[in-house]
Amino acid sequence: MHKESAIREPLILGHKTYHQITEDVCKPIEDKAPRTWYVLFAIALIIGIYGIGCIMYLLGTGIGVWGLNKTIGWAWDITNFVWWVGIGHAGTLISAVLLLFRQKWRMAINRSAEAMTIFAVFMAGTFPLIHMGRLWLGYWVFPLPNQFGSLWVNFNSPLLWDVFAISTYLSVSLIFWYIGLIPDFATLRDRVKRPIPKKMYSILSFGWSGRAKNWNRFELVSLVLAGVATPLVFSVHSIVSFDFATSVIPGWHTTIFPPYFVAGAVFSGFAMVQTLMLVMRKAMRLEAYIHTRHVEYMNIVIMVTGSIVGVAYLTELFVSWYSGVEYEAYAFINRATGPYWWAYASMMTCNVISPQLMWIPALRRSLYFTFFISIVVNIGMWFERYVIIVSSIHRDYLPSSWSMHYPSHIDIGVYLGTIGLFFVFFLLFARFFPVLPIAELKTILKSSGEYQKNLPDTHHDNSNHH
Amino acid sequence: MAEQIIYAMYDDDDVLKDGAKKLVAKGIKVAEVFSPFPIHGIDPIIGIKNTRLGIMAFLYGITGTIIATLGMRYFMISDWPMNIGGKPNFSYLDNILAFIPVTFEFTVLCAAHGMAITYLLRNKTLPGMIASNPDPRTTDDKFVMEFRMSENSNFSSEELLDLIKTTGVSEIDQKSVK
Repeated sequence: MHKESAIREPLILGHKTYHQITEDVCKPIEDKAPRTWYVLFAIALIIGIYGIGCIMYLLGTGIGVWGLNKTIGWAWDITNFVWWVGIGHAGTLISAVLLLFRQKWRMAINRSAEAMTIFAVFMAGTFPLIHMGRLWLGYWVFPLPNQFGSLWVNFNSPLLWDVFAISTYLSVSLIFWYIGLIPDFATLRDRVKRPIPKKMYSILSFGWSGRAKNWNRFELVSLVLAGVATPLVFSVHSIVSFDFATSVIPGWHTTIFPPYFVAGAVFSGFAMVQTLMLVMRKAMRLEAYIHTRHVEYMNIVIMVTGSIVGVAYLTELFVSWYSGVEYEAYAFINRATGPYWWAYASMMTCNVISPQLMWIPALRRSLYFTFFISIVVNIGMWFERYVIIVSSIHRDYLPSSWSMHYPSHIDIGVYLGTIGLFFVFFLLFARFFPVLPIAELKTILKSSGEYQKNLPDTHHDNSNHH
Repeated sequence: MAEQIIYAMYDDDDVLKDGAKKLVAKGIKVAEVFSPFPIHGIDPIIGIKNTRLGIMAFLYGITGTIIATLGMRYFMISDWPMNIGGKPNFSYLDNILAFIPVTFEFTVLCAAHGMAITYLLRNKTLPGMIASNPDPRTTDDKFVMEFRMSENSNFSSEELLDLIKTTGVSEIDQKSVK
């Protein structure tokens, strides 16, 4: 058995047994949902339906219902897209990158972080799709043989790379998530008594029986998927940044974008994980599995990626001056001091200053403070995209075409709607799916469980004495 | 002749592993182990070879790389070469930088999906399939070793049961199947 230092904080608190882990994760699914779940679900659903209504209106009327104008052709839509894709970066990072680094603490959070990723990428995908105006022609983004002549999509375009990156990311994250879910669905299938849930979980578990060879394959598939998903995580947001970086707009045309966007994505993704996890652990009584130590680890990731983002902001500013390109310099001066200074200031405060507070151990171990900062970071990262996109294009080369962007109520409605739908999906997930990876948690119980760790040594490694 | 199967249930993965080691040393063949989570180190003891799915993933990935390369070469170079800003696509190599992202994504897509589908097929886990674990508790906190009398013909069932009982087993179940 792998031994872990006794002074390392346990990952599973209290005296848990294998059965207790099953109980703790399955109980909230088998019990009746608490009233707060229905209240939250109703609120999220109403907001989501309002958003769908706005999308319907948009599709029926046209993109003109957005607050765009001739100068500002990209604004909320792409901001929201990048924001959601960024949030969708934590899940696969946690499950893939941290798996490769053998970080056991990921096991408490990977399932719901992956779920969050998938739902966030759904929401992100909504924006380019509705932006097409004619949603039903969305399949035109794929290189399909057609009767329009030799008409193919343009593989030189970063927008097309995005199509491939996002759809690969979504589907690979989905299978990664589901392959991990199969054994846990089997646990539920063998537990639940009522016939309909039993039938449902039986279908969802694909007849998993937990044979030794199945587990052997399971471990390898998880490892190889993690191996291919790791560069995928980094590639997706790099490619999203190419949407801007390959253009020749001052403020967008920046080689620093790929690493800076990836760091920003991880930063915002972990913030969203914190927001959701802190509520979930309380509501579903999972405090023994997701506790201060996990929150602290995630806060350290937030601090590091936040610092990378901060350095990137400053580098950008410096290079805009050092390059000697006056348009580039103006784009940045205008960002900081022009009519969008308030957006720039919010971005700087939320993304550069707030993560630095995490250097203080008492703060990064405080759950209330973490929750507050996670919201701040999410707001900050939304502003980052808004600043990059809108402030770079609102002042054109010709002062006569200078303009401002004011979101229409449809812009706002669609955005709020995606937040509502995201929570609809997440609440459904939390209600019907095992929110912690039951099987994987059991594998770390003996090495990282509080009770098991503190057993006297003779019991601790009794396997070696036989 | 009906096949006699013995299921030995354990409360702990390490006890099962030690038991398996002991029994295998005596020449007993363990047909299968059912567990709620992967028991590390059980595979060599009961004679399970490592999976070759990793090789498959590589082959699927390479297939993706080839399809993406051939596809983009056809779309962008031979079927409809684009002239962008006076920089036409004369050859695939001239333009390869623009094709790297899609090649990469498609490689990952094929490797991941190919491997996942192979995994499900090889495990015989597909939607709607019937589970075959001997006891519902094996997906919770129990660990079961399966022995088949036909594979252990050197032992009588009493001998086998006696040996199993020395390994800290918690329950023993016998079944005969056609």
